[in-house]
Amino acid sequence: MKARARAEVGGRHRHRLAHRSFLAGAALSGLVVAMAIVSLVWTPYDHAAQAIVDRLQGPGARHWLGTDHYGRDVLSMIMVGARNTLAVGAAAVGIGAGIGIPLGLLAAARAESWIDHAVGRVVDLTFAFPAILSAILVTALMGPGAVTAILAIGIFNIAVFARVARGAALAVYGREFVRAALALGRSRADVALRHVLPNASSALIVQATIQFAVAILAEAALSYLGLGVQPPQPSWGKMLYDAQTLMFMAPLQAVFPGLAIALAVLGLNLLGDGLRDVLDPRLAQGRAA
Amino acid sequence: MAAYLVRRLASVGVTLIAASLVVFIVLEVLPGDPALVMLGTEATDETLQALRQELGLDRPAAVRYLHWVGGLVTGDLGVSHTYDVPVVGLIADRIVVTVPLAALAMLLAVALALPLGVLAAARRGRPSDYSVMAFSQMGIAVPGFWLGILLILVFSVGLGWFRAGGFPGWEAGMWPALGALVLPAVALALPEAAILARVTRSAVLETLGEDYVRTARAKGLGRRTVLFRHVLRNALIPIVTIMGLQFALLLAGAIVVESVFTLPGLGRLVFQAIGQRDLIVVKDVVVLLAGLVVFINFLVDALYHLIDPRLRREAGP
Repeated sequence: MKARARAEVGGRHRHRLAHRSFLAGAALSGLVVAMAIVSLVWTPYDHAAQAIVDRLQGPGARHWLGTDHYGRDVLSMIMVGARNTLAVGAAAVGIGAGIGIPLGLLAAARAESWIDHAVGRVVDLTFAFPAILSAILVTALMGPGAVTAILAIGIFNIAVFARVARGAALAVYGREFVRAALALGRSRADVALRHVLPNASSALIVQATIQFAVAILAEAALSYLGLGVQPPQPSWGKMLYDAQTLMFMAPLQAVFPGLAIALAVLGLNLLGDGLRDVLDPRLAQGRAA
Repeated sequence: MAAYLVRRLASVGVTLIAASLVVFIVLEVLPGDPALVMLGTEATDETLQALRQELGLDRPAAVRYLHWVGGLVTGDLGVSHTYDVPVVGLIADRIVVTVPLAALAMLLAVALALPLGVLAAARRGRPSDYSVMAFSQMGIAVPGFWLGILLILVFSVGLGWFRAGGFPGWEAGMWPALGALVLPAVALALPEAAILARVTRSAVLETLGEDYVRTARAKGLGRRTVLFRHVLRNALIPIVTIMGLQFALLLAGAIVVESVFTLPGLGRLVFQAIGQRDLIVVKDVVVLLAGLVVFINFLVDALYHLIDPRLRREAGP
């Protein structure tokens, strides 16, 4: 009786934590998305407007987060940078999910067949090229830019989604209602779309949130290296690169873009954790165990 | 076990061949005329023709691919177009920076993550557990290269304890060289430690629930003895797996951190090569790094099977 009561209290405690994690993640992610949307219609200043006389100002009433070495408003650049970061992240996750999930479902539907093994080899091959290596290859071919970043991160995401989709789908294929649908003569494609995908979707939604966070980190790294979003479009990674060259004169320049990256990633990770706990309690118990 | 290793080695071989094919096609076939890519549109016909001959572009792509792969196997990686020296020498000079940097970072990450993960698991639900989990969440969210910049700000610009960048070379002595790698290694290690601490906590908690742990406790063994002699030893299996996978990603991360600290490693070499359009160096370094990632994953897999008797049995004779 006592053990049951303790388990119930533990469950409630976990649920409360999951709820908090979800809310904190949703709030942080919502803030970044809101910043990106607002930047479409309003920023405190034109993000590209240069005012050399106002350069390298610290945070103040006129420029809340200060100005950079060209006198551009840092807050405006961070707001527009959020837009670029989210666009690259969303496109990279879209490519990964759009190609990886059908591949994973196909591999699971034909488990242990040559198709499954072929998908496995493609996934292995893709994992040999982390986003930075893919970006180097794509840059050598197409030159640097947002498209390079999207392709490099997207290609890596394909492998991640294919692996997760295959695993989640295999678990669903083992369940009775799927076996019954197959026994009733439903086509494999119909079963995959009507029964397997909806039941594997919670794991995929959580993975999409996590991959979005990974994409933001990768985009920032690529932009820092000059392989991602190109000037005059601002990006958080490029802002950090510029800040590093001014470290002795204006150390605060290196703080705000980095904070923006960390908060965006933290928000998505918390959201992913919270979603996992809400959508798939079994996974949550395993993680907390 | 031997049969499993042979099968896995064959799969590694296939992946390596596929990786080399991808690199070759992207850098030599898709651009159309690699000589034009390397010299640019302002190059004269004579210089273009000379480079085409030097690169052997008059031969079919399949022959060039086989020649290149043969060179990779024998250690003849060609001559850098920019530096006019053998690429194998360039890589040898840079790899002694990148690999020790990644290894030092992994060492620091493990030294930090294992005690933190065990502490969090042993004190589950208490403030120390929540602190470790909060550190983990923050550590995963912070990009390594930003951490590197902040470390330079505090420890080089502010306190003057470490150099802000550059590498004196191993010939300057072990301590000066290691000193130049400390901040970059910390920048790489903290995000890794955050992930590993989480994995360690989860693995230790899972092992704590096993029957043999309850038996050991019932026999009267002390809490610490059970934790370190029984629990941690068995929890190490998933931890080692993640460590291996993270080491491969750490190598990729080192490419970025080398740029922050202007370290003359493989990352800097490949970025300079891109800027100079030296496709020969780009091709060799990318395939080497991809090969290292594949090989490390294989080693982890083999180690996993070696230390876990259950998997050895599943793999069959």
